[in-house]
Amino acid sequence: MAGAHKFDQVEYYKPEDLLALDYRPPETGWMDTPVDFRPGTWIYPGKPKHLEYLDLANPRQWAPTDENWKLPENWKEIVLAGIKERLEKYRSFKIFMDICVRCGACADKCHFYIGGGDPKNMPVLRAELLRSVYRNDFTTAGKILGRLAGGRELTVPVIKEWFYYFFQCTECRRCSVFCPYGIDTAEITMMARELLNLLGLNVNWVIEPVANCFKTGNHLGIQPHGLKDTLTFFADDIEEVTGIRVDIPMNKKGADFLFVTPSGDFLADPGTYTCMGYMMLFHELGLNYTWSTYASEGGNFGLFTSHEMIKRLNSKIYAEARRLGVKWIMGGECGHMWRVLHQYMDTMNGPADFLEVPTSPITGTRFEHARSTKMIHIVEFTADLIKHGKLKLDPSQNDLLKVTFHDSCNPARAMGILEEPRYVLRNVCNHFNEMPENTIREKTFCCGGGAGLGTDENMEMRLRGGLPRGNAVRHVQQRHGVNRLTAMCAIDRATLTTVCDYWAPGVKVAGIHELVANALVMKGQKERTINLRLEPINEVEEQPICEVEE
Amino acid sequence: MNAFLSLVAVLAVMLAAYVGTGVLDAKFLFGTVLPYAAIATFLIGFIYRIVDWAKSPVPFRIPTTCGQQKSLEWIKSDRLDNPHDTIGVIGRMALEVLCFRSLFRDTKMERHEEATVVYGPGLWLWIGALAFHYSFLVVFVRHLRFFTEPVPYVAVLLQRVDGFFQVGVPPVMASNLFLLAALAFLFARRLWSPQLRYISLASDYFPLFLLIGIAGTGVLLRHFVRTDIVNVKEMAMGLVSFKPAIPKGVHWFFFLHLTLVATLIAYFPFSKLMHAGGVFLSPTRNLANNNRMVRHVNPWNAPVKVHTYEEYEDDFRDKMKAAGLPVEKE
Repeated sequence: MAGAHKFDQVEYYKPEDLLALDYRPPETGWMDTPVDFRPGTWIYPGKPKHLEYLDLANPRQWAPTDENWKLPENWKEIVLAGIKERLEKYRSFKIFMDICVRCGACADKCHFYIGGGDPKNMPVLRAELLRSVYRNDFTTAGKILGRLAGGRELTVPVIKEWFYYFFQCTECRRCSVFCPYGIDTAEITMMARELLNLLGLNVNWVIEPVANCFKTGNHLGIQPHGLKDTLTFFADDIEEVTGIRVDIPMNKKGADFLFVTPSGDFLADPGTYTCMGYMMLFHELGLNYTWSTYASEGGNFGLFTSHEMIKRLNSKIYAEARRLGVKWIMGGECGHMWRVLHQYMDTMNGPADFLEVPTSPITGTRFEHARSTKMIHIVEFTADLIKHGKLKLDPSQNDLLKVTFHDSCNPARAMGILEEPRYVLRNVCNHFNEMPENTIREKTFCCGGGAGLGTDENMEMRLRGGLPRGNAVRHVQQRHGVNRLTAMCAIDRATLTTVCDYWAPGVKVAGIHELVANALVMKGQKERTINLRLEPINEVEEQPICEVEE
Repeated sequence: MNAFLSLVAVLAVMLAAYVGTGVLDAKFLFGTVLPYAAIATFLIGFIYRIVDWAKSPVPFRIPTTCGQQKSLEWIKSDRLDNPHDTIGVIGRMALEVLCFRSLFRDTKMERHEEATVVYGPGLWLWIGALAFHYSFLVVFVRHLRFFTEPVPYVAVLLQRVDGFFQVGVPPVMASNLFLLAALAFLFARRLWSPQLRYISLASDYFPLFLLIGIAGTGVLLRHFVRTDIVNVKEMAMGLVSFKPAIPKGVHWFFFLHLTLVATLIAYFPFSKLMHAGGVFLSPTRNLANNNRMVRHVNPWNAPVKVHTYEEYEDDFRDKMKAAGLPVEKE
C-alpha cells in the first residue's frame, strides 16, 4: 500500500512503523550527530516573492536538502549580533539561556519526543542547540573552556540543525509547565526562529500566510468580496438547516462590537460549521455586531516568525475597531490567536482607550477581566449567556455525539480558559467524557501541527507529534464510545482531523459553537432534522459508533 | 566522559588542598586567602549576574498558566497556579521555591503494549530534589555554630533535632544521611538514564561531585578524622571577625573540606547553580496572568511597518464596491 503513496500523504505511514519507537539516544554525542533531512520531517522553505513582499532578509530559491543554503556572506556575524540584541531586549531569553540545570523533567513531556524518540526533541536538548552557541560566545566559562563548559562553535551545520529542530517545535509550552524554573521552549523557539529569519530561513507554510495576511487581512488570502461570498454560502446552509436567513453585517460602522476569528473557519471543514455557529448565535440574539474584511484574521502567523511580525499583523484589529467605531471586540475559537490577543496585543498595539469595557448586551455582564484589552473570547460570552438562562438549548439535538474536549495549547497554557468551554459543552450535549487527567487542561497535548507545522510535507512528524493526543482520544473512544473531539482552535480542527483518522479512526473533530448552534432552538425555526453538517440528528446510525481497530 | 572529567577536577582540588596543607605548610593560603577570595567572588559574581539579568527588560507578560483563569464571577479561578494578582504571584513563587511545585507535577511516560502511552506519576525527582535542598539547608544552618558566639538558638535546636536518633558518639546527624543519599540519587539517575546521560554536561557532574566531596569529608571529619573542634571554631570566628588566624592542631583533612566548600562558593556565580537566583526572575512564573486587565508596557516597543486600512482599500476598492461593501473613499 505504501508504495503507491508519497511521503506527504497519511497512507504512506504504517502505524506499526511509527510505533517502532526507540528512545535510546544514538552512540555519538549530540554535538557530533548531524541532522538528517529525510522526507516527511521538514517543511518547504519560504518562497522568495513572499519574503520580498514583507521586506524580509535574503529572499532566494533554496531547499534544506541543498548542500549550499545561500546564506549571506556575513551570516555568522548576523546571528551573533542577533543573539546579543535579543539578550539585551528579553530577560526571558537571558534567564532561559543561563539557569537550566538539565534535570530532565521536561524530557518526556514533548509530543514529538514521545512519538518520535529523537533526543533533540527533548525540550532540554532543543534549547541546548541554541544554548551551546550562547555559552561558547557569550559566557566567560564557555569562552575559556569551550566544549568542556558545554559550548560549541556556530557553524553552518549548527544552523541547519536549528532550522530542522526549531521547526519541529509547536511552541505548545507543555514542557514549561513541568520545568521547575518555568523555562519556556516556546520562547526559545521564537528567538531561534527570529535568528533564522535574519538569514532568510523560514518555511513557506508560515511565510505565505503572513504575506497573505499583511495584504488581504487574512492568512488564506481571501479578498473582501470573497469573504462576503463565503459567509453568504454559510448563510445558505444555515437556512437549509433551520429555515432562518441570518444577516451578515460586514465593515459596519457603529456596531456594538467587532468579531474576529481565524480565517481557517472560513475555508476548511469542520471549522466552517463553527463559523456558522457564531453567525446563528449572533443572529438569534439580535446582536449589533460586524465582521471586517480588513481585520479578517484572528490568528497570527507572525507569532511563528518574529515579534515584529506579530505586531505588524496584529495592528489591524485595534485599527479596524477604531475606524468602525465599535465599543469592544470579540474573538472566535482559535488557539495561538488567543496567545497573541491575550499576551501581546495590548502591549504591542494598545492602549485601547478608545474602546469600552466589553459588556454583554443580553445579560449586562461587564467582562472586567478584559477591561484593558477590551476583547473577550466568544466562549466566555456564551458561558455567561447560558448561566443567565438566555439561550434556549436542546442538547438532545446532539445526542448522536459522544463528546470529549481537547484543551488547545495556548488557551490552556497562555490564558487558562479551562472551565468556560466545559460549562458550555455540558449544556449543549448529553454525553461528555474527559480524556485522562494527565492529557488535558494545562497538561494537554498538542495536535502536532501548531506553530506553522500543520502542512503535509512534514506528515511523518505530524503523525508522530499527534500520537499522544491520538492515544488519549482512542482511550475514551474505547471506554466511552466517544466519536466527537471538540476543540476551540482552528489549527486543531484541521490537524486533529488527520490525527484522529490515523490514531483513533471514527472520531471526528468539531468546534464548540458548532455544537452550540446544533442545540440552539431559534425563534421561528423549522423542525430541525439535520445538523450543520447536513447529517440527520436523531436517527440511529447503521454503523456502530465505536469502531476500534486493535 | 563528562562525569569522569568532573570527578578528576574535584579530586584535583582535593589533592591541591592536601599538598598545600598536609605536605607543604600553606595553611594561611588555604585557610584564609582562599575562603576570603571565594566569598568575595561569590558576592560580586552573584550580584553581577542578578543585575545583568535585571538590566534586560521584560517586554511582554508571558506567564505559563497552569489552572483556570480569572474571568466570570461564578467560575472559580486557580489563584496559585494561574495567579491574577501580586498576592497570587507571591503564593505561586513560594510554592515553586519552597515546595518545587512544578516538579511535583512531574509525570513519567511509559508505553504499554504496542500502541498505548500512559503518563503515571513521576515523583522521584521531586523527592530527590527536596531531600537534597532541605538537608543541605539544615547542614548549613547547623554550621552556624562555628561562625557565631553565642550560637543562635535555631542552630542549637536543629543540632538536637537532627541528632534525634542518638546513634553513635558524636550522634549521627540525620541530615547528613539524607544529604548523601539525595546526592547519590541525583548522581545515579544521571548515569542510569540513557537520556539524562546524553544531555548531561561536565558542568552538571562537577557540582554534584563537589557536593558529594563536601558532605563526605564533613561526615568523615565528624566521625572518623577527629580534629580539634575548638580550634576549628577559633579559625572560623577569626574569619568572620576579619582577624584571621590559623590555630595549631587543625588537621589537614579539615582543609580538604574547607577547600571544597570554597571552590563551590566561588564556582557558584559562573554555573547553573545560579538557578537559585534566576528562578525569581523567570517571567513565566513571576508575573500575574492579568494581561487583559492591566496593560503591560514594553519599554522598547518600536514602531513597525503596517498595512493600513487606506492602503488596503486602495488595493481592493473596486472589488469591495462591486460586492456592495462600504468604502471610505468612493
